[in-house]
Amino acid sequence: MGLMNRPDARAVTYDPPSQDGWVATRLDFLVNWARANSLWPMPFGTACCAIEFMASAASRFDLARFGMERMSFSPRQADVLICAGRVPFKLAPVIRRIWQQMPQPKWCIAMGACASTGNIFDNYAVVQGIDTIIPVDVYVPGCPPRPEGLMYGIMMLQEKVKRERMKDQELRHEMVPDPTSKLYIPPSAIDELSEPFGNSVHQTRSGL
Amino acid sequence: MATTKRTVEVALATSGLDAQGRPQRTPLVVGGDGSAVALEAPPALEPDLAGEHMLINIGPQHPATHGVLRLVLELDGETVVRCIPHIGYLHCGFEKLGEYRQYNQILPLTDREDYLNAPGNNIGMAMGAERLFGIEITERCKVLRVIAAELSRIMSHLVWLGTTCIDIGAFTPFLWAFQERERIYNLIEDWVGARLTPTITRVGGLAADVPDGWLDLLTNFVRTFPRTVDEIDRMLTRNAIWVGRTIGLGVMTPEDAVNYGLSGPMLRASGVAYDVRKDFPYYDYETYDFDVPVGTNGDVYDRFLVRVEEMRQSIRIIEQAMARLPDGPINVDDPRVILPHKHKATSEMESMIHHFKLVMEGPRPPAGECYVAMESPKGEKGYYMVSDGTSKPVRWRIRPPSFVNLSAIPRMVEGHLLSDVIAINASIDIVMGEIDR
Amino acid sequence: MSDGFTIVQTGTGAGAETPATPRHVTHRGGAPNPSAEALRAHFPDAVRQVEVVWGETSVYVEPARVLDVARWLHDEPGQRYEFLADVTAVEFRDPEQPIVVVWHLRSLALRRFLRLKAELPKGAPLVVPSVWPVFKAADWLERECFDMFGIRFEGHPDLRRILMWEQYREGFPLRKDFPLRGRFSRSEQLRQALAANPEARYSMEELSIADAFEDLPTEMRQRLASGPRPGE
Repeated sequence: MGLMNRPDARAVTYDPPSQDGWVATRLDFLVNWARANSLWPMPFGTACCAIEFMASAASRFDLARFGMERMSFSPRQADVLICAGRVPFKLAPVIRRIWQQMPQPKWCIAMGACASTGNIFDNYAVVQGIDTIIPVDVYVPGCPPRPEGLMYGIMMLQEKVKRERMKDQELRHEMVPDPTSKLYIPPSAIDELSEPFGNSVHQTRSGL
Repeated sequence: MATTKRTVEVALATSGLDAQGRPQRTPLVVGGDGSAVALEAPPALEPDLAGEHMLINIGPQHPATHGVLRLVLELDGETVVRCIPHIGYLHCGFEKLGEYRQYNQILPLTDREDYLNAPGNNIGMAMGAERLFGIEITERCKVLRVIAAELSRIMSHLVWLGTTCIDIGAFTPFLWAFQERERIYNLIEDWVGARLTPTITRVGGLAADVPDGWLDLLTNFVRTFPRTVDEIDRMLTRNAIWVGRTIGLGVMTPEDAVNYGLSGPMLRASGVAYDVRKDFPYYDYETYDFDVPVGTNGDVYDRFLVRVEEMRQSIRIIEQAMARLPDGPINVDDPRVILPHKHKATSEMESMIHHFKLVMEGPRPPAGECYVAMESPKGEKGYYMVSDGTSKPVRWRIRPPSFVNLSAIPRMVEGHLLSDVIAINASIDIVMGEIDR
Repeated sequence: MSDGFTIVQTGTGAGAETPATPRHVTHRGGAPNPSAEALRAHFPDAVRQVEVVWGETSVYVEPARVLDVARWLHDEPGQRYEFLADVTAVEFRDPEQPIVVVWHLRSLALRRFLRLKAELPKGAPLVVPSVWPVFKAADWLERECFDMFGIRFEGHPDLRRILMWEQYREGFPLRKDFPLRGRFSRSEQLRQALAANPEARYSMEELSIADAFEDLPTEMRQRLASGPRPGE
């Protein structure tokens, strides 16, 4: 089919006033390049994924080539929170507090299946995915993910960082639930939606 | 008394070192007659600071707590008066989960609790399940499990070494240790496909036999690994900084160590020669020729020496195991626990029924209980399983060595300085996954 | 610095077993641990039953006499069970069966393993004496048993939850009537967990050290002093 017959042939518009200026795009590029290539990780390592994280930082799968060898154990100086490992309910307020202590711009990588969804620990003790507590940018599956997997996740995060634009005001906005929004569900309704066994879909798996 | 600037030779009451060999505090300000002047706190600070104890919280998120451990320290200046540890920040309900899983489904759980000694845990759990079933595994399986257990011991001690060095301030041995770990990861990955959480055993056998050529790779590793251990030895054992930071810390007497339930290198560094492989052996460990290093001072330095020597002894055991590795099947020929071959399961009725029952319901042991203990790198790792005849255990209990070892930390840390707390904590070799389960 | 400790060897006691890998262990009918007979002779009223399963001897004792039995096993020169390996409990799926508290003891000098059991019927309060006066290893092991099962150990210096947080309200996790995923919904569990201020989780002991107890707000002091906090 020729170009003229395609339904979206006229979708491309050229409207100079609505596009970013040259300076803005160069500035965006510079800032994003700087941020993406020097993400200082805050390793919130709890369990086995932390060991694979350490292996990523060691000499074979060197994280220093991403500019990430400077582990910041103080959240005040960190860019990306890498939650490596399972998070039980006792640890939930701690990771929430650490996330709140990180200054913007900040990102979060949920490394491993436990941080992403709770993994095999679908029980009374473990948070079923840290995205119930903090906003997550990249999920890295695996139990534990190979260091190559983690690095792929980091590269995805770098892509995400590079796509940010300064004119986007809502980007760094941490929202609180807005009771007037149509998407808001009050806590009592949430409890009705989630039964005694919670949101877990597989109620009868393994006989329970 | 005015402070004049002139050089005085002040005769110190001591030689400048205290009983532990650490420098004593010397007065900084001298008065006109050469006597020491006690410094007064500037009036801007709170006047009642002197004499009060500080409460400092380390963790749960902290680089040097080896996981999510929280230590609350009561400090008098920089000396620890009391230490109150809080654990449970990694409690994931393993034992509860075990009651809802078949015995083979519990094996991946054991990988995740002590994740530094994952193959060893698999072996311990399989040993317990086989005791419950009353199964004797094949000779080849026994020897391969010994090899896996010792590789696992080396892996765990390498992590311990790397992280302890970082805690005390030496960064390079961490890189060496993790590079060696990568080589062991290659071996385990060639064997079963996973690096850190391999689930290398099954009830009655192994997940897979070692591939062709694997023994050559292992031989290569065994030949070259001792060089790294020697390198680390050269770097640390007679290093003044290392010795100064580890000698005399966290001493536990032998009687205390036994009473507090310590096991593994913690107990052996305190002078008690208890090793589960020697005293309550399994998998023919009594036929292997190896030594168990025992320290005499019970401090952090001795624990370091014990663990480094244990790595060397593990290499010895692996060499002997490789020499005696027999041919034969790795899985026991028992249809109650081992899945039949696929071609039989799809052609013979009986095999198909066995397959179906083993997959859907799982192997069912007779009602009973057993406690099997193995020598994990952390200490005596026990699995206590109670069965009521169904395919899921009634109770699956992990006896965690680090849990009991850590309970002695308030005792070990009293009277030491804050930075010593980090060194002592590192020397216990804790894994929070095992402590909190 | 001391000259060093004298090395304590294992297996030095008279009648110590030679270490050997157990082979062809039978389900029942194995040779019992000689200590079981000695226990039966010394505590005829406290020992209810002795059984040998898969080569391991279990001695059922009266719950109230557990501390005496443990102390005798520890102090007696012919027994020397100086190593407490584990304290745990078992609840069976059959609701009629009692909860069994289990102690695993090892004698390093004699290379023996003994299991003590005490049965606690479910209708009565689950109380058993603590063996902490004899074995310091029981400290955290008994705390964990309390946390997971709700069994109180009398004589324990500091019996409070260890794995779950102290104001945990869902119950005792390892009991059979406690569902795997907990009693509350996931959102409720999260809400309770997040509402707990991590810095508020100092024990009373720590707060009294800090002398900060006086400085706390009045209502917080009252709340802490009153014990388990609702809506935490």
